[in-house]
Amino acid sequence: MNTLTPKRLTLYLLLAPAILWLLLLIILPHVGMGMISFRERIGPGEFAGSLKQYRTFFEEPLYWNTFVRTAVMSLIATIMALVMAFPVAWTIAKVAKGRLKALMLAATLLPFWASELVRTLGWLILLRGSGVIPQFLAFIGVTDQPVELLYHDATILVGLIYSSLLFMLVPLINALETLDDSLIEAAYDLGGNRLNILRKIIIPHAAPGIAAGSIMVFMLTLGNYLTPVVLGGKSSMWFTEQIYTQFITRFNWEQGAAFAFLLLGLSSVLVWLGLKITGQRFADAMRRT
Amino acid sequence: MQTSSNTAPIDLSVQEVSKHYTNFTAVNRLSLDVPKGSFFSILGPSGCGKTTLLRMIAGFITPDEGDIVIGGKSMRNVAPNRRPVNMVFQHLALFPMMSVGENVGYGLARRGLTKGEISKKADAMLERVGLPGIAGKRIDQLSGGQKQRVAIARSLVLEPTLLLLDEPLGALDLKLREHMKLELKQLQNEVGTTFVYITHDQSEALVMSDRVAVMNKGQFEQVGTPQELYYHPKTAFVAGFVGNSNRLEGVLTNAAEGKTASGLTLALTPTQPASSGATSMFIRPETIALSRQETEIASFANRLPCKVETLFFDGANSTVQVKEVATGTQLHVALPHTGQHSDLVPGETVFIGIRAEHVQAFQG
Ligand SMILES: Nc1ncnc2c1ncn2[C@@H]1O[C@H](COP(=O)(O)OP(=O)(O)OP(=O)(O)O)[C@@H](O)[C@H]1O
Ligand SMILES: [Mg+2]
Repeated sequence: MNTLTPKRLTLYLLLAPAILWLLLLIILPHVGMGMISFRERIGPGEFAGSLKQYRTFFEEPLYWNTFVRTAVMSLIATIMALVMAFPVAWTIAKVAKGRLKALMLAATLLPFWASELVRTLGWLILLRGSGVIPQFLAFIGVTDQPVELLYHDATILVGLIYSSLLFMLVPLINALETLDDSLIEAAYDLGGNRLNILRKIIIPHAAPGIAAGSIMVFMLTLGNYLTPVVLGGKSSMWFTEQIYTQFITRFNWEQGAAFAFLLLGLSSVLVWLGLKITGQRFADAMRRT
Repeated sequence: MQTSSNTAPIDLSVQEVSKHYTNFTAVNRLSLDVPKGSFFSILGPSGCGKTTLLRMIAGFITPDEGDIVIGGKSMRNVAPNRRPVNMVFQHLALFPMMSVGENVGYGLARRGLTKGEISKKADAMLERVGLPGIAGKRIDQLSGGQKQRVAIARSLVLEPTLLLLDEPLGALDLKLREHMKLELKQLQNEVGTTFVYITHDQSEALVMSDRVAVMNKGQFEQVGTPQELYYHPKTAFVAGFVGNSNRLEGVLTNAAEGKTASGLTLALTPTQPASSGATSMFIRPETIALSRQETEIASFANRLPCKVETLFFDGANSTVQVKEVATGTQLHVALPHTGQHSDLVPGETVFIGIRAEHVQAFQG
């Protein structure tokens, strides 16, 4: 028998929450969900194995339209988050020094002290017809009367980017901080210009960080429920909404489980594709987060 | 600076350049001319402003005062990527995301050469620095010495008017450094590019350079050939920094005689201008004659009976530390390379002789 030394015991105790979390909240529900998704209700309390749920998805245009739309919008949000975060990360990692740097980092973290719900509701106050921004635009004469800024695709994108920007920023800052300034100077000395140095030196160096940030933002966006619903309203057409509807409103767990699995498959395939195209390795990217 | 009889055109001319940081002057009204095709070294202790000077020449720092002229053109408002100057960085700064060939070809690609031309030139340059056929390797597959050569090749392939090198051998181990010293000198001879080389290692500067500037606190103490610096230092700082010396503090009793703080009187090279007062006297260990017989040193101006204290055996650089009998003044004396006197034992009495011209005294 293995003696349980105090050191070992401590290790097990420390690992227990993580293992429990993995088992109870991730693996078990997914196994259950997988089983549910492959069955069909044939009578009260009677089920049989079938692929009907998946067939329904492909036969009903509303479902896969929503599916594709969610993927495309998430992709756009990810790219925009990257483009917006990069200069900020550069400034924090390379330009700002000392107190200014700490201040800027704190400023990016600060909004995350409020809950996501409160932050999203904040957008409501700013953007709704009688809200701050439409009133102001009407007041300075840009529009004749206050316009409704909610319930547009652009609004959803703004909300999605806002809620996930930090997860792009942190790996980017980490990646850029490890870039040796003398590499940039050397490239400049050898005749490189800004654009070329960005392409040949900075981006290749930051690639694992870019991959890590993009994966995080993409997954968070794809699986986001609150932001599309609050900012997009009924017309948001987000795939997580479909899952919610099946599970809660229709009480059709079989269909909901199939949708959940399709979403999981989609995010896995797209992340894998992204890594393949950019030639990054998953392990490298994960080390950067 | 003294005007040399050299007729080669001046490749680099630094004119009264200064750089001030907040209440600190890193480079102080410094001037310098480097003739075409020469190997010029700037030698100075850590923090004396060498890197600051070099970065001003490369264009990464703007001088507060003065002008820098390269190849006859003022470099005011010329960005680093537009200067006919390339730099080998202190830590090389090779691009780890590129292969060796891409590193060497980076500058050529920026000039818009075709792929074929780039790889041809890069290969030829790699061969020139003794690394044929490694263009496909990754940077992390190279040894320290190979990285060194790739960094130099990357700059030289652009055929700059001026190559700046910031302590490029600093990261190498001693053996390799000795080797690279000779190789660099040879390479410079072959390509004929003007080198401006920064180092705090006097041996590097002496071995490789045509001319050396000794820098201290943002200014040049002396500029000259390695021989001039070694045999005719103009200031106490140069005498102490270039080569090894016995340094004795004391006072001048007259223009040709000094007395150390310990009370030892030494005949010395007449100081100019003749004066008196506090002085530092320098005697190189290899200029001191050592003998067991007093008669053998009869011709020397300074003849001192000493007791052997410690032997430092270091092959050709072996020295012995002796103590002058009357005053207790300690001196390092080089041992002859023939192995004579290698049997000295501590406590033994010996006689040392020092010529007056080998005792150099500086005011202050
Ligand atoms: N940005 C700066 N702000 C303030 N002081 C600086 C700055 N850069 C350099 N210095 C100071 O200027 C002096 C000269 O620096 P420099 O880097 O030129 O020294 P160096 O001769 O190259 O030394 P080393 O041999 O250690 O590389 C140093 O005392 C340094 O502290
Ligand atoms: Mg330096």
